[in-house]
Amino acid sequence: MPVISAAAMEELRLKTKKLRKDIITMIYQAASGHPGGALSVLDILVVLYYIVMKIDPENYLDPQRDRLILSKGHACPALYAILADRGFFPSSLLAGLRKIDSPLQGHPDMRKIPGVEMSTGSLGQGLSVANGMALSARLENSRRRVYVILGDGEIQEGQVWEAAMTAAHYRLDNLTAFLDYNGLQIDGWIRDVKSPEPVAEKWRAFGWHVLEVDGHDYTSLLEAIGRAHSNKGAPTMIIAHTVKGKGISFMENQIEWHGRAPNKEEYEQALAELEK
Amino acid sequence: MTEKIATRDAYGQALVELGHRMDKIVVLDADLSKSTKTALFAEEFPLRFFNMGISEADMMGTAAGLAASGFIPFASTFGVFATGRAYDQVRNSIAYTKLNVKIVATHTGITVGEDGASHQALEDIALMRVLPNMMVIVPADGRQTFQAVEAIAGYEGPVYLRLGRPRVPQVIPEGFPFELGRAQLLKEGKDLAFLATGITVGLALEASQLLKSQGINAAVVNIHTIKPLDKDLLLQMAEKTGALVTVEEHSVIGGLGGAVAELISENYPVPIIRVGINDTFGESGSPEALLKKYGLTAENLTTAAKTSMQKKR
Repeated sequence: MPVISAAAMEELRLKTKKLRKDIITMIYQAASGHPGGALSVLDILVVLYYIVMKIDPENYLDPQRDRLILSKGHACPALYAILADRGFFPSSLLAGLRKIDSPLQGHPDMRKIPGVEMSTGSLGQGLSVANGMALSARLENSRRRVYVILGDGEIQEGQVWEAAMTAAHYRLDNLTAFLDYNGLQIDGWIRDVKSPEPVAEKWRAFGWHVLEVDGHDYTSLLEAIGRAHSNKGAPTMIIAHTVKGKGISFMENQIEWHGRAPNKEEYEQALAELEK
Repeated sequence: MTEKIATRDAYGQALVELGHRMDKIVVLDADLSKSTKTALFAEEFPLRFFNMGISEADMMGTAAGLAASGFIPFASTFGVFATGRAYDQVRNSIAYTKLNVKIVATHTGITVGEDGASHQALEDIALMRVLPNMMVIVPADGRQTFQAVEAIAGYEGPVYLRLGRPRVPQVIPEGFPFELGRAQLLKEGKDLAFLATGITVGLALEASQLLKSQGINAAVVNIHTIKPLDKDLLLQMAEKTGALVTVEEHSVIGGLGGAVAELISENYPVPIIRVGINDTFGESGSPEALLKKYGLTAENLTTAAKTSMQKKR
């Protein structure tokens, strides 16, 4: 892992504030979308897209690039904001989110947006696809790495555990998965809807190298990714404890913000908070 | 008739041969490699074969990931599991993404036989045909399967290739050109046309011989590509004969019969009798006994032919 200076870290924090504003603005303009999960996953994506991943917006189809799959596709405003900021497509497109004729679909479409590696939205499918990409890298003796982000509610899908077995069986140590563990799903707290606990023990029992971190702390995330990279013979699951709606006081840990857009007053309040 | 060969056996052999020529071909199976015959490829290219265990949904997703990275994955299992069990994965991770995955299903249709209804895919063509971007191919015999596997390997995009379990006679003459999307006129005729797919092509040819002795001249067309349909040849047959009979080892709803009815009714309406499985599940029995019980016989085709001709205006 590259060593990040304090100044660079501060710059990244400011960048993330801007990205949070972009996310809220996009969803406000679309008048629909999923702010809660986009805000909980953002810091993980920032660490990957601005520090860790080997990607080049100018050459975004480079076969040797690292790959990221946002398996919890509904959080895509976070991904779109980052891809635009990194120059994969013009920021002016962000205003089209969820609107007719816009490439920015409600859930990501790999055929419409440069930098989106996989179309997702139907939960539970991303880890299988990531396994396929990791196997591809191995077949080609490539050092490229594959990252995949799952939602905590998403791991209720059976396919996730089929894929968990596959990754461990094939010893995919070039694969790093993240669990965006914000504790909430549409119908409520996931521990009430259908608890996935004990989560870490489940992944360990499936043969994974498991780490737990604060999913909003860059230093901890970087340290965990570094350990994932140096681990051999098994895939790594980084359980990232996050806050749904992170960064906007009235959205934090509130299930109603899973899938609704702010009204004008709420939007202005959110922006004001992010200006601080 | 020449030696009988199962289409799945031809698939296994074709994969091995193509595997030598195309190093991007990889193969996935869901614990049925001995039955689907992908085991032949596994033996020859162990590093390019992935047994996914009994998890078809995961297999389809993994295949999508391999395709997204430039490989040409062939993913195989039985028809019911490839299409029904993993439908959402095929829809969202393969068809919607237009990824270069070849879904090759064996053990389709009623001729699965003794395993019974749970294993007899009678709706798989319908399920795959409604997916945008998905090509649907059903070869008529072993030799044609070999040609089809080669052709789809060279085609960029998702394909569903439907194969069967039992050994079947070669019905397509050697050297007959095979082209994706281009139906094959096997026998000319002016009174009606049989439009058949898969192993029922042989039945249609047999039926046309029976009709000939009764003074009826039936054309026989092999519709090996159900999607995209060969619109030109089908309309030509409708115009020329004015009566059609579709034949398939699949439900009469949504498969070849459905596809032909959609095309013909919109463009050149003529009577169509659909011969296939009549909106019912199958059952255990020998393939021969099942074909007979469910009406897939040359004799039954001659009756359908006459019914279609009687409906001509």
